[in-house]
Amino acid sequence: MLDDHPMTAETISARPRPSSANRGPRRPLFRRRSAIPGFGLTLGVTLTILSLIVLIPLSAVAIKASALSPGEFVAAAFSERALAAYRLTFGAAFVAAVINGVFGVLTTWALVRYEFPGKAVVNALVDLPFALPTAVAGIALATLYAPNGWVGQYLTPLGIKAAYNPIGVTIALIFIGLPFVVRTLEPVMRDLSADVEEAAASLGADRVATIARIILPALGPAWLTGFALAFARGVGEYGSVIFIAGNMPYKSEIAPLLIIIQLEQFEYANAAAIALVMLGVSFLMLLVINAIQAWSRRFV
Amino acid sequence: MTISIRSVEKKFGRYPALNHVDLEIADGELVALLGPSGSGKTTLLRTIAGLEFPDAGQVLFEGQDVTFASAAARRVGFVFQQYALFKHMTVARNIAFGLDVRKGKDKPPKAEIARRVEELLNLVELEGLGKRYPSQLSGGQRQRVALSRALAVQPSVLLLDEPFGALDATVRKSLRKELRRVHDATGVTTIFVTHDQEEALGLADRVAILNAGRIEQIGTPDEVHDNPATPFVCGFVGEANRFEGTVSGGRFTSGALSFAANGAGDGPAVAFVRPHDFALDDGGFEVRVVRAHVQGALTAVSATTADGRHIEISASRAEAARFAGAIKIAARRSHVYSL
Repeated sequence: MLDDHPMTAETISARPRPSSANRGPRRPLFRRRSAIPGFGLTLGVTLTILSLIVLIPLSAVAIKASALSPGEFVAAAFSERALAAYRLTFGAAFVAAVINGVFGVLTTWALVRYEFPGKAVVNALVDLPFALPTAVAGIALATLYAPNGWVGQYLTPLGIKAAYNPIGVTIALIFIGLPFVVRTLEPVMRDLSADVEEAAASLGADRVATIARIILPALGPAWLTGFALAFARGVGEYGSVIFIAGNMPYKSEIAPLLIIIQLEQFEYANAAAIALVMLGVSFLMLLVINAIQAWSRRFV
Repeated sequence: MTISIRSVEKKFGRYPALNHVDLEIADGELVALLGPSGSGKTTLLRTIAGLEFPDAGQVLFEGQDVTFASAAARRVGFVFQQYALFKHMTVARNIAFGLDVRKGKDKPPKAEIARRVEELLNLVELEGLGKRYPSQLSGGQRQRVALSRALAVQPSVLLLDEPFGALDATVRKSLRKELRRVHDATGVTTIFVTHDQEEALGLADRVAILNAGRIEQIGTPDEVHDNPATPFVCGFVGEANRFEGTVSGGRFTSGALSFAANGAGDGPAVAFVRPHDFALDDGGFEVRVVRAHVQGALTAVSATTADGRHIEISASRAEAARFAGAIKIAARRSHVYSL
């Protein structure tokens, strides 16, 4: 190799051994000293906040659920009604994240690569779902997509019912998840340098091949992050969904709503059992997505 | 592949990047485009590549007009300053890319592609690194991958845009030799852009010197160094002391300095004298030595003239031993240009 420089051994062996009398500060026991200060402080604050805000409340869920006997737990967490709610919640969140994955790439592409009038407005619109109270979004979407709504009235003759069923749930989750995909992809797409595309072109790749084999694979890891965020947000979404879902048990009832219903009936342990299952599934899915992501980042 | 550039013009906004550029490149030549930044050298290279299209003029490959043909249609190999490797692909897949994207019967069979990749890895001395990702390579290794990726499609012409600009001096030197070796082994017509005159003179068969969108001179390294056509070339290629003055009666005079004007007409003029063209001469003008330091077989001497101007002289170590205090020197050779 060209840039290997042989190290000279004399300088190392000639160093005097430190005498025990004037030894400097002792080497810390369990971590190497780093030149970047603040490790103790930042990690301490992080763990404190995580404990107070995330870990302790979540463990309370587990503790509450443990009040149930195993039989009662299964009955509460895996009832027909609960299973249907899980399927809807995770299924709709997944479908919405996939749809956002596709349209998020297109939206980002348009925002990053072209200049057009009104770009700043479009940019702000993308962020709106972040800021808008979710209930407002839910009511607006329900009004629009209801069979007599502005959009719904044109869908009804086509035999499409877009509100008060799982499709309505998915529409609400698409609305909620879009900015996650766009905002994660944006910096990565902006960093794609033009010369990589020129290199592909000079090697004989046409536009389709360049997009399919160079640009999209380079976006892969960021896309997965955006997908995971949109999916996670969709699983936890409550406010916007309940207005458009119709909330019919076994059909269009999401798991978070089921938890609220249990709470209103003072069945706190049952609510905790359902919450625990959601927690477990969400955690597992995020773990898997993170693993895929780590693998897809192997070349960075 | 012979390449002809015929009065090519290119403007970016109102700024002319190329101004009536004419250039003929013979088959198998290794040509350097040398110039300061903003001189249009990269624009010219990209115009030859088909990554940029001229506003006027023609680009011919082997007599065929390719002015508006795409880079792919021209079959050029292009090497970028920042490598432009595909980060998500292994080295082997990077090199194979140009063959891999071909369609139908043009696409070589897998085994043939693999063999070609192996051959190219050997050519640039990267055997066994095919499975690595670009991020796992050093800068010099990345640029070799970029070079072999460009060569994989057997380009009719190899174009390199400041190929060694981002590398440290040692790697740069060894890659220069490598480019020359690869060029001699493949015989492909090669054009590279550089702002480093040492690189251009040391590597190329011919050097084209660009300034402000024009070619100032094109010739062999010896020609452009020893017989610079314009004051710009004289100042840009090689070291030179620059003097402004007047020519009258065949002599150039600038303050206390004076030497033969080499045929320049009477009137205001600018003169250049290379440091090694000064010699001790009792009939010359007086300078005072300020500092001398060793430069290999030579000694570089800094001196000031009687009217306080700075002069760089370079002499053999034996001769330089006599350079002390006030001495008299004369220019053995000078380049004088009428203004």
